[in-house]
Amino acid sequence: MDFFKRHFLVALFAVLGLVVVAYVGAQANLQILFGVIVPYLAALIFLEGLVYRLIQWARSPVPFRIPTTAGQNRSLPWIKRDLGEQLDNPATFKHLVGRMALEVLAFRSLFRNLRTELRKDPDNPEGARLIHWSYKWLWLGAIAFHYAFLVVILRHLRFFTEPVPLPIQLLEHVDGFFQFFVPAVYLSGVILVVAVLYLLARRLTNPNLRYISLAADYFPLLLILGIGISGILMRYVYKVDIIAVKELALGLATFHPVVPAGIGPIFYVHLFLVSVLFAYFPFSKLMHAPGVFLSPSRNMVANNRWVLHVNPWNYPVKFHHYDEYEDRFREAMIEADIPVEKES
Amino acid sequence: MDDKIKNEFGVFAERPQVEKKFYGAKYIFGGLIIFLILVFLPLAPNLGKTIPAPERKLDTPVIQKLAAKDRKCVMPTEWMRANHMQMLVDWRDNVVRSDEKGAPNIREFVTPDGRKFLASLTNTCLDCHSNKAQFCDQCHNYVAVVPNCFGCHLQEGKKLAEVK
Repeated sequence: MDFFKRHFLVALFAVLGLVVVAYVGAQANLQILFGVIVPYLAALIFLEGLVYRLIQWARSPVPFRIPTTAGQNRSLPWIKRDLGEQLDNPATFKHLVGRMALEVLAFRSLFRNLRTELRKDPDNPEGARLIHWSYKWLWLGAIAFHYAFLVVILRHLRFFTEPVPLPIQLLEHVDGFFQFFVPAVYLSGVILVVAVLYLLARRLTNPNLRYISLAADYFPLLLILGIGISGILMRYVYKVDIIAVKELALGLATFHPVVPAGIGPIFYVHLFLVSVLFAYFPFSKLMHAPGVFLSPSRNMVANNRWVLHVNPWNYPVKFHHYDEYEDRFREAMIEADIPVEKES
Repeated sequence: MDDKIKNEFGVFAERPQVEKKFYGAKYIFGGLIIFLILVFLPLAPNLGKTIPAPERKLDTPVIQKLAAKDRKCVMPTEWMRANHMQMLVDWRDNVVRSDEKGAPNIREFVTPDGRKFLASLTNTCLDCHSNKAQFCDQCHNYVAVVPNCFGCHLQEGKKLAEVK
């Protein structure tokens, strides 16, 4: 089996296996395991793993000032810098915050030229031309996916709070604005699944990407796809007793876990996949969520030209000064007629 | 030559003495604390409490009057819990969007066990379940669902229908 198939199929069968495990578990009356123990365990692993990784990160020094300078740096007063350049090459903390906000909230880096390709050159039909350009569809897919996921997570707060806070109700209202189908279709759910499918299709269809994609790249995508599909099926097709679901969720949130009877197995499939996602989070590429704040090339003020940054672990260097050199070789130097500063 | 190599950095350099401490702890752990606060903020008000499940009251005058064997809904309770909204919308679509002359029994709903009902929220459902606040609203509020049925089908609406 070739490299791509091995990595894709391992991830695919892992997700399908998880679905089967949860389904069989729900059928075998293991509701307490899949409804209470596994979610708590997953939350614990998530929190512990997150703290562990953050401690690891905090212990790693970043000795060099290495911001990417993606615009005109602060220079002579008559060299103009517009706001874009101030944000892409921040000279002050204020602009640094702006740069990080753009990065975190608008995925600025993804909007840049990421693509390097050899293209046919009309001026030079024999050869090819190397061009750099952007992947705007990737940016769109990524930002749609992330914001849809955020809305989906916030919407789920209606199961963990009682009474449901007004902002969450408003969000739900806006999300189901078009009121088609019963129950009303949430746009965020549709966007989430479509965006994940696009990101997956992009990995699969682009040969360069397929070549560098590993099981660890496919698994989170397929897992989130599984979560989205199971959630949508649960809401629109295989309906479950939503009151019992909320009782279970509130029980988890208030640390008084209860397992109401009569929740369909699809709920346990959904919950198990979410639990796996949480437990998997700290040990995977998904840690880019906290990690984006620690990108050394983005979170530093580009002030190298006017602030001296000293590597904190510079050791004291033994200098051999000229005086010492002359003291050592004076006689030999005089003998060879080399001028010396002191005669004796 | 090999014996002259001091360490992995070569012949001249000392191994860097990296201080063992947290770098940027203020930002990293500050961020962690902000994240944890954001997560627990919505959950905090109910932490440690036991939230009672909603109670659906069935003791309306009409249901009380029914004989014990007739005290059942048009469909089984489990099915109704998951699908009542779909049934009501189907009823509405039948009445509003079908040609009533062509299909005279459009307002008739026949249950799987053969009982016949008028397919109407106001006249059938709300007849037995006349206690909207103690029945419908209980669950709808619990899971923050706002059905738009009651925009028109007010409980007072029934009286209007009877007058006509």
